[in-house]
Amino acid sequence: MVCREQLAVTSLAGRATDALRPVSEAISELATVAGATWRRSLKIRVVSSTVVLSSTVVLVLGMVLQAQLAQRLIENKTQAALLQADNSRILVESELGTVDPTSASLGGRLTTAVDRLTNPDPGGTGPTTAGAGAYEPVLVDGGGLSGEAGTGQKIGPLEDIPAVLRSAVERGALAHKIITVRRGPIMVTMLAVGLPVASAGRTMQLYLLFPLTAEQRTLTLVQSTLVVGGLVLLVLVAGIASLVTRQVVVPIRQAAEVAERFADGHLEERMPVVGEDDIARLGTSFNEMAASIQRQIRQLEEFGELQRGFTSDVSHELRTPLTTVRVAADLLYESRDKLHPVLHRPAELLVRELDRFEALLADLLEISRVDAGVAELHLETVDVRATMASAVAAVRAVADRVGTPLEIDQPDEEVFAEIDPPRVERIVRNLLTNALDHGEGHPVRMTLAADADAVAVLVRDHGVGLQPGQQELVFTRFWRGDPSRDRRTGGTGLGLSISLEDARLHGGWLQAWGEPGRGSAFRLTLPRSPDVELTSSPLPLGPDGAAQNTRDPRVPGGTVLDGTVSDGVAPSDAVPGGAAPETDEPDPVVPAGPGRQ
Amino acid sequence: MVRMAARVLVVEDDPAAAEMLSIALRQAGFETAVISEGPKAMPAMRELKPDLVLLDLMLPGMSGIDVCKAIRAESGVPIVMLTAKSDTIDVVLGLESGADDYMIKPPKTQELVARLRARLRRIDAEPAEKLSIGDLTIDVPGHQVSRDGEQILLTPLEFDLLLALARKPRQVFTREVLLEQVWGYRHAADTRLVNVHVQRLRSKIERDPEHPEVVLTVRGVGYKAGIP
Repeated sequence: MVCREQLAVTSLAGRATDALRPVSEAISELATVAGATWRRSLKIRVVSSTVVLSSTVVLVLGMVLQAQLAQRLIENKTQAALLQADNSRILVESELGTVDPTSASLGGRLTTAVDRLTNPDPGGTGPTTAGAGAYEPVLVDGGGLSGEAGTGQKIGPLEDIPAVLRSAVERGALAHKIITVRRGPIMVTMLAVGLPVASAGRTMQLYLLFPLTAEQRTLTLVQSTLVVGGLVLLVLVAGIASLVTRQVVVPIRQAAEVAERFADGHLEERMPVVGEDDIARLGTSFNEMAASIQRQIRQLEEFGELQRGFTSDVSHELRTPLTTVRVAADLLYESRDKLHPVLHRPAELLVRELDRFEALLADLLEISRVDAGVAELHLETVDVRATMASAVAAVRAVADRVGTPLEIDQPDEEVFAEIDPPRVERIVRNLLTNALDHGEGHPVRMTLAADADAVAVLVRDHGVGLQPGQQELVFTRFWRGDPSRDRRTGGTGLGLSISLEDARLHGGWLQAWGEPGRGSAFRLTLPRSPDVELTSSPLPLGPDGAAQNTRDPRVPGGTVLDGTVSDGVAPSDAVPGGAAPETDEPDPVVPAGPGRQ
Repeated sequence: MVRMAARVLVVEDDPAAAEMLSIALRQAGFETAVISEGPKAMPAMRELKPDLVLLDLMLPGMSGIDVCKAIRAESGVPIVMLTAKSDTIDVVLGLESGADDYMIKPPKTQELVARLRARLRRIDAEPAEKLSIGDLTIDVPGHQVSRDGEQILLTPLEFDLLLALARKPRQVFTREVLLEQVWGYRHAADTRLVNVHVQRLRSKIERDPEHPEVVLTVRGVGYKAGIP
């Protein structure tokens, strides 16, 4: 039952909610806008809190003031009324002193007495109107103190006198009370004063009703004055707060604008400093900071220039003599048949080592360019398959020499991306060379895949793989896992470092996975255009067919080195399928730089 | 179709490198002459009328770029730049100043010789072969290109590039294919060479180089000929 009722209520509520949805949406939208304005505008916040606080203060103050006034007014009125009542008593008693309350003429005498009160003798003391203003008298023979019942004869509106007052007065006390009575169509607030008066026989009761109309009028006037005054005050306060805030906010906004422009690269931007106040101090400090930053950036730029100049100089100074050596070596090598047999091998070695020397020189220059921050991207929209094809063509000879089959898996349609083709080709070439170096002759597979935002190239070998912990090192400059290993391609030790930098220049990722005995995989992920921020890769990184989380490279499913981490070293916490026994020989990853670009 | 004993002018300031290059080129069957200063290049050009210039980019007195521009102003002789600077900006600057090809120092001798031969080799022409590309007419044996009867002067390399596109009007040429056909590279990835020369070619043959009608770009792939 309860359930059903609850259901009914819920569905009803649901229908109501449905009906109210547009309204509630509008409200929530409004609230959002208001919330945004509230959060963004310091001025609005300051002004509204000032207004809220001041209105509270004004309200409390007004109420206290009004209460005080009302109390004082009532007190005065009461005092005057009591005085008046006492005078009236004397007057009435003098009139009634000889009246026998039991006589039949009582009514007439009472009327006379009351008349004396309302129409005072012009020659008399005339106390009726003194201080307390006009009043309505009520005289009643309501019974004496000794308990004898009165005749109940009365003059005036006895029904207006509340019972509490009457009983108090009948007990012989002087009492007063504020009451509301009907006078024609309106309700009138009155101060009722009651007191016993002595007549010849027994005590009677005299009540005086003083209308509080004048006091009420005064209070209303005070109240409206207070409200108007309070409102005016609030408006003034809001205005003042707005003005004051403006004085603070305007310079702050200016400062914010200047800071934004500065951050956008306008290093000349400075804040105007006027006076010696806090805003001026803010301006001075900001300007000092800006000057310092500008100085340091200039310095860095100069260093960059120096580095660039140095790179260029070294390049020229080394390469010109190297030209002579190279050409000479080539000549010797070509005509080695004419040389003494002892010199055959030296000629071969000379040429081969010159190749390495050149490759190393080229890689060193490239890495120094990256370090100097002068490496630039020259983006072109190309079919990535073509770039891959030229990388493959470049390593084909090496692959044939070491007898490693190269498998290529790529889409049939064009894969367009905005890349720097020579750099991407170099990355892929380095990955392939690396795979050939460590693939132990097992097939090396290169996979290309793309989605809306990114293209990915995965180079997978089935060689010795990577030891846990080595994944962090493969991108390290000049790192060699095992220097004793045969270096087929004569890598420079810089290839993968340069590739990582090239990937970063593109806003891309270069990541490694590897396990001892299961081979390794390197995945390059590049955004299809420079405006795209990479969030996932079209290809999983890890052992073949592994369902890897490709969402976030920072959550590695295997021993994955995240090439996007700024220092080039990423956590490699877990080895999938448990850590493999470390019985294999350590896997040397010798990043192979093919050198000449 | 290498002419016997093609004459190569080597402009190189380093005496050892110049001598060694001369030796290697002579070994490969070229005639050589060596100039070691930029300002002397132009007089030597006029006097020796070489078939090809091998130009070092950094020269005392006058930079290789300026020498290159000076030569181009007078002649379409093939220029192969030899540069120690491999930055894209330097390479592109060199190519834009008029060099047909470039090699980064130190060059492999075989490759250098192959490149020089490729620059000297001309695409074989059928007698009286005439082709159309865009609104241009190509007189292949006469090595002349004209629009509405008006002749447009192109360097041999630019002519070869245009001819390669014009001979297969429906084919889209990738930069790699052009490098192979026009420059004689086998696997080179340096497509800057193609880009710069297409730009240079366009500046000569297009009515509006910003909106080419003769050499069209196929986005992401390469280039193709405009419809005649």
